[in-house]
Amino acid sequence: MSTTATLPSATAKRTPVVAHHFDDWDQQYDACVLGMWTFLVTEVMFFGGAIGVYMIYRWQYPMAFAHASNELDVWLGTFNTFILLTSSLTVALGVRYAHTGESRKVGWMLIGTIFLGAIFLGIKAYEYYTKFHHNIAPLLDLPFDWGGADPGPTKIFFGLYFGMTGIHALHMIIGVVLMAMFIPAAFRNEYRDGNSLGVEVIGLYWHFVDLVWIFLFPLLYLVDRAITAPPAL
Amino acid sequence: MSTVPYDHHHEAAGHAAHGHGHAPSFLKTYVFSLDHKIIGLQFLFSTLIWFVVGGMLALGVRWQLAWPWSPMPILGNLVGHAEGGQIPPETYTMLVTMHATVMIFFVIIPVLAGAFGNFLIPLMIGADDMAFPTLNMLSYWFMWPAFIVIGASFFVEGGAAQSGWTSYPPLSALFTAAPGSGTGQTLWLIGVTFVGVSSMMGSVNYMTTIIQMRAPGMTMFRLPMTIWGMFITATLQAFALPVLTAAGFMQVTDRLLGTGFFLSDGATANNALAQAGGGQPLLWQHLFWFYSHPAVYIMILPAMGMVSDILSCFSRKPLFGYKPMVYSIGGIAGLGFIVWGHHMFVSGMNPALGLTFMVSTMMIALPSAIKTFNWLGTMWGGKIQFTTPMLFSIAFVSMFIIGGLSGIFMAATPVDIFIHDTYYIVAHFHYVLFTGTAMAVLGAIYFWFPKMFGRMMNDQWGKIHFLLTFILMNCVFFPMHILGMRGFPRRLADPYHYDTFRDLMPLNQFMSWCAFLLVGVQIIFVINFFWSIFFGPRAGRNPWHANGLEWQAPSPPGHGNFDFQPVIYRGPYEYGSPEVDVDYYPQTQPPTGREVPAAKH
Repeated sequence: MSTTATLPSATAKRTPVVAHHFDDWDQQYDACVLGMWTFLVTEVMFFGGAIGVYMIYRWQYPMAFAHASNELDVWLGTFNTFILLTSSLTVALGVRYAHTGESRKVGWMLIGTIFLGAIFLGIKAYEYYTKFHHNIAPLLDLPFDWGGADPGPTKIFFGLYFGMTGIHALHMIIGVVLMAMFIPAAFRNEYRDGNSLGVEVIGLYWHFVDLVWIFLFPLLYLVDRAITAPPAL
Repeated sequence: MSTVPYDHHHEAAGHAAHGHGHAPSFLKTYVFSLDHKIIGLQFLFSTLIWFVVGGMLALGVRWQLAWPWSPMPILGNLVGHAEGGQIPPETYTMLVTMHATVMIFFVIIPVLAGAFGNFLIPLMIGADDMAFPTLNMLSYWFMWPAFIVIGASFFVEGGAAQSGWTSYPPLSALFTAAPGSGTGQTLWLIGVTFVGVSSMMGSVNYMTTIIQMRAPGMTMFRLPMTIWGMFITATLQAFALPVLTAAGFMQVTDRLLGTGFFLSDGATANNALAQAGGGQPLLWQHLFWFYSHPAVYIMILPAMGMVSDILSCFSRKPLFGYKPMVYSIGGIAGLGFIVWGHHMFVSGMNPALGLTFMVSTMMIALPSAIKTFNWLGTMWGGKIQFTTPMLFSIAFVSMFIIGGLSGIFMAATPVDIFIHDTYYIVAHFHYVLFTGTAMAVLGAIYFWFPKMFGRMMNDQWGKIHFLLTFILMNCVFFPMHILGMRGFPRRLADPYHYDTFRDLMPLNQFMSWCAFLLVGVQIIFVINFFWSIFFGPRAGRNPWHANGLEWQAPSPPGHGNFDFQPVIYRGPYEYGSPEVDVDYYPQTQPPTGREVPAAKH
C-alpha cells in the first residue's frame, strides 16, 4: 500500500520483490512466516486428534499395544530417527546459508535433506512391506493373522501405526517436492542477497515433520520393550 | 477526510475489475480471482444458492411432519427415491441429515467466514488484500469438490447420507446399516473433509492478515467487533477443525479399509453386524463434538461481531463496553473448547464428568450475557434509526436471548436427559442459528450491500421482508419448544405412530404452513437483491454515515481497495463525538483538536 516498497534500500543488497498487496518486505516476511506457523498449529491439532485416539486405546488395551509394538523393528525405527534428525541439521544449515547469502550451499543442503528424506522413506517402505508380508496390515480387507491375544485392539494399533506414519510420510513427500522446487533457484545464485524467506518457511515445515516423528517413534516403537509375557493382571 | 495522494493507477470508484496496468480476462476477474472482494462474493452467491437447497430439504421434513405419508407435490419427486411423491422413512432421515449438512457446512460457516470474512477483513483493517491471495482463491475452490460430491450423493444408489449430520457410528460406519450408509455416507465424509481443508486455508489466511496487514494506527483494540469475531472464529477453526479431519479419516478407513477405530465387537445397526472390532463408537462422538461444539461458535461469533457494528452505527452511539465485548468473545471461544460433552449426556458418561461439562457449559451464559447487556446498553438512549439492517440486528439480539436461555435449560444434565432428541433441541439451535445468525447475515447483507455493489437495496421492501420473516419464523420455531416439552422426537419419520403425539398434528400443520410461507416471502429479498444490483440508487462511499474504515473506500472498492493511504486515529465507534459537528467521526479523519469539556461524573 505504501509507496516506500519500491524505493531503493540503503544497503547494497538487492531488495526482494514484494508482492503488490504488502507494504514492504518486512511485512511480507512476517506474514509468510506467521502463516506457516499458523498452518503448523492446525497440523499439531490434526496429529493431536490421532494421538488422542492412540491415548484412549492404549489406556484401554495396554497389553495388546505393548505386544503389537514389539512387532515393530525398533532398530530400523531408531536408524530412521537418526536419519531424520540429521536431515533437520542439513535443512537448518540451508536456512543459515540462505541468511549469509551462500546460495549454492543452500542448494547442496537442500539436496542433502532430500537425500536423507528419501532414505527415511525407503526404510519406511521396507517396514511397510514386512508388515504386509506378515499379514499384520489391517488394510484393504487383507487377511489379518495375529496369533496372540486381543486381535481387535492389535488391529487398532496397526491401524494407527499405518495411519499416523502414513500421513507423516505423506507430509515428508510433500516436503521433499517443495524443497526440490527451491534447488534451481539456489544454483542460480538467487539467495545471494540473504533472501531467505522461502527456504526458511520450508525449513519450518521440515522441522515440524521431524518433530512429529519424534513423537511417533516412542509412541509406536518403544511401548514396553521389556515384556516377554503378559504379567498376570 | 484525509486523503494522502496515492500513486496507484486507478480511479476512485466503480472499477471492481481493475488490474495493475492491464485488463485481466473475464475468467481471471470473476472466476479464478485473487481479489478478496470477488472471492467473498463468490462465497456469498454459492452459499445463498445452497441456502435455497437447504430450505427445500427442510420443507420436505415439514411436509412429512404435517401431512405424513401424503404425496408431496413437486418436491416429493425431486428429493429422490420417493414413490409417487410420498416420502419413505429412509428418505425422511436423509432429508433431516442433508438439511443440517447443507445449512451448516455449505451455508452458515462459509457465509460468515467465507463471504463476509473475505469481503470485510482487508477493507476493515486497511489492507490491499489478504496476506495470501492464492490460498484465498484455493479456499473457495476447495468448496467445489465438496459441492460436487455432496450434490452427487443425492443421486447414488441408496441416496445421500442418512446418519444425521453427526454421523455417529455404527450407523454411519456400516455399509448396510441404512440405504444412505453406503456410497452416500462415503461421499458425505469426503465432502466434509474438503470443507475442512477449505476452512483451514481460510482461517490461516484470516489470522495472518489480521495480525500482519493492519494499516498504520489500526491497533488490535481499534478493530471493529466484526474483525474480532472473524479473528477468534478463525482461531477456533484452526485449532478445532483438524481434529474432526483426523477423525473423519479414521471413519473413512473404517468404512473402506476395514480398520476398526469406531466399531466395537459385535456392534450392530439395523441388523448390520460389525466385522472389525475393538474400537468404540463413543470415541467418535468425543472427537466429533470436540470440533463441532466450537463449530457452534464459529456459526455465531462473526454474526455477533457484525451485529455489534450495525447496532452501534444505527444507535448513533459508541458500542457499550468495547473491551468486555472483545474479552467475552474470547471467553465464549475458550469455554467452547471444554463443553463438548454436553452433547453426550445420554450417550453413556460418568456422572462426575457430566457435572463438569454441565458447569462449564453454564459458564458460557456469563460472556453471552455480557454481550447481550452491552448490545442493550448500546441502544439505550441512542438516536435509533430503524433501517432494515438495524431491524434485523435487533431481531438477532432478541432471538439470541430466547435461544440462549433455552440453551441454559439443556445444559443442565437432568433437564437434558428429558429433552434430549426432542424438538426442544431443534427449537434451541434454530433459534440461535436461523432466527439468530441468519437474521444477522440478512442484516449484514442489507448493511454492506452498498459497499459490495455500489448501490442501495430498497429499504421499504427490506422492512416488509423483515416483518414477514420475523413473524413467520417465530411461528415456525417457537411451537417447537412446546412440541419438545411434550417429548416429540427429532428424527422419527412418523411420530404419530405413537398415540400420545396424535393431537400435536394440527400444531405441526400450522408450523408447516408458516414454514412454506417463510420460504415464500424470501422471494421479496431475492428480487430486492438482484433488482438493486442493477437498478438501486447509487450509494456513494458512506451511505450510513458510519465510522468504519471500509466506508472510506470507494463503493465498490477497486483492486487494492483504497485510493488513499489509510491512517487510523481512533476506534470505529466514535458516534456523537463532541469533537466534530456531525454525529460520526471516521477512523481515518485526523483529530480536529477541538477542546472538549471534561465529562462530569
